Amino acid sequence: MRSDRGPSAPIGLKLAATGGLLFLHLPILLIFVYAFTTEEKSFVWPPPGLTTQWFAVTWNRPDVWQALSLSVRVAAISTAIALVLGTLCAAAVSRTKFFGRETISLLVILPIALPGIITGIALRSAFALAEIPFSFWTVVLGHATFCVVVVYNNAVARFRRTSGSMIEASMDLGADGFQTFRHVVLPNIATALLAGGMLAFALSFDEVIVTTFTAGQQQTVPIWMLEELIRPRQRPVTNVVAMVVVLVTLLPILAAYYLTRDGDQIAGSGK
Amino acid sequence: MSLDAAMPRATAPAILPGSGGVRGALSDIFWRRPQLLLLLMLLPPVLWLGIVYIGSLVALLLQSFFSIDEFSGLINRQFTLKTYGDLLQAANLDIILRTVTMAALVTLASAVIAFPIAYYAARYARGRWKALFYLGVMLPLWSSYLVKIYAWKLILAKEGILTWLLAKLHLLWLLDAWLSLPIVGGNSLSVSSTGTFIVFVYVWLPFMILPVQAALERVPGNLVEASSDLGASPGQTFRNVLFPLALPGIVAGSIFTFSLTLGDYIIPQIIGTSRLFIGQAVYSQQGTAGNIPLAAAFTVVPIVIMGFYLWGAKRMGAFDAL
Repeated sequence: MRSDRGPSAPIGLKLAATGGLLFLHLPILLIFVYAFTTEEKSFVWPPPGLTTQWFAVTWNRPDVWQALSLSVRVAAISTAIALVLGTLCAAAVSRTKFFGRETISLLVILPIALPGIITGIALRSAFALAEIPFSFWTVVLGHATFCVVVVYNNAVARFRRTSGSMIEASMDLGADGFQTFRHVVLPNIATALLAGGMLAFALSFDEVIVTTFTAGQQQTVPIWMLEELIRPRQRPVTNVVAMVVVLVTLLPILAAYYLTRDGDQIAGSGK
Repeated sequence: MSLDAAMPRATAPAILPGSGGVRGALSDIFWRRPQLLLLLMLLPPVLWLGIVYIGSLVALLLQSFFSIDEFSGLINRQFTLKTYGDLLQAANLDIILRTVTMAALVTLASAVIAFPIAYYAARYARGRWKALFYLGVMLPLWSSYLVKIYAWKLILAKEGILTWLLAKLHLLWLLDAWLSLPIVGGNSLSVSSTGTFIVFVYVWLPFMILPVQAALERVPGNLVEASSDLGASPGQTFRNVLFPLALPGIVAGSIFTFSLTLGDYIIPQIIGTSRLFIGQAVYSQQGTAGNIPLAAAFTVVPIVIMGFYLWGAKRMGAFDAL
């Protein structure tokens, strides 16, 4: 009965799978429509008219620009810290077997496995106990902590594929440890680090729960959006910002996917 | 003459001299003592995570054994179980029960919606379609969390697209009937528990799809064919072959959906009723109420629940599916 040229799916399964994917994507597409609506006071559908004026209005909003600039700075510095810590940890865990290795993996994964609110309140109460005032750096501290895991995951997967004999060969040919790192190890793990770095950037750029606990007056883009969600002041500007945020986070994800798609483990599958 | 040009290369030593200086010395030390290199590599991340993260976590948990002076509002730094006693008040138990019920329902619904997507992607999608399915799950997973919630605020609003759609289909009576029900109903979907439930399912769904797909990828296709060759109906094949093999993946996915729902305080705050969830209780206790001990005790609840959950999941082999 069945042909051997690969099975075709039952119609019910096709419908359920398509329906599921539509359920995942339609709400995000809706954001793009709302960015152009002429309606200011409500979320009325269908939009009474379409306009691009809100892009100009948003462009001239200093608070949006300040939030964006803060988010980018926090994400950049957190990513840099996470890259260093995550790579060191991955190199140590994958190159050698030592006592407590499993504990180290757990330690890295914990900040993202426990609900964000626990990480957030733990950091906040620690800052309070240590009498550290909230600042740009307390936000970075929180973000870097949970960004380590994405860099670590990507780097560990790549180290596992990189053969240790290449490093030995390099040493045998007379390169010292630093030269080996620079000319052999780094080129091998570069794309994995780039992918991990981009994912860490996207993760930090989007993070809101830990940020609400570690920020004082600082407003990152997600904090700005949260304020607008709780007390809407200017809905059209929020619509435009939401659309820009979708685009800004999607580009690094696509790039990370293309950088690591040939590997055995694709970046981002464990957020 | 032409030989001269080649000479330097030929006479270059096969083994370079050591680079010398501090750098060379360091390199030699690391080569002779790999333990030292390992220690130096591990020190920064372990110090960072150990001090910043574990330190904060332990400090928080210790504070749950302090209590708050109800008159002065000051924190009394003496060991007591009084705060845990407060946690067991009816109002707080209500919050815990509500959150756990929601987390269980969200997990169940995510599993039901995720299965067909994961199964199709694992068994039928090939080549470009496979990549499309993968990105189709990854992009919503990584899209901004707040934007996703915002999108649902637009959809569920009284004047929004869902009401419009139902009106076109002449099904508004159904929505009104649902909203008039106790507990799940409300003034509009965006201020009802149903709305909270839908948004939770939407936001955590990709976390369920990926591990279920990973588990199903490992089920050989001929197993399903063998089952139907032996006379099993599709329903029987699902119950007796596919589902048991997918279960570790479902359990792995449920770790995320369950844990994330337990700790979330933003979704029920933006889309939902005024009845609190654990996350909101923690947030208001530490913020407006200034009762850090009770907030800390509240955070112990999801940690303990997740501890048991992970222990059970590990016994079911769910970690192999991650």
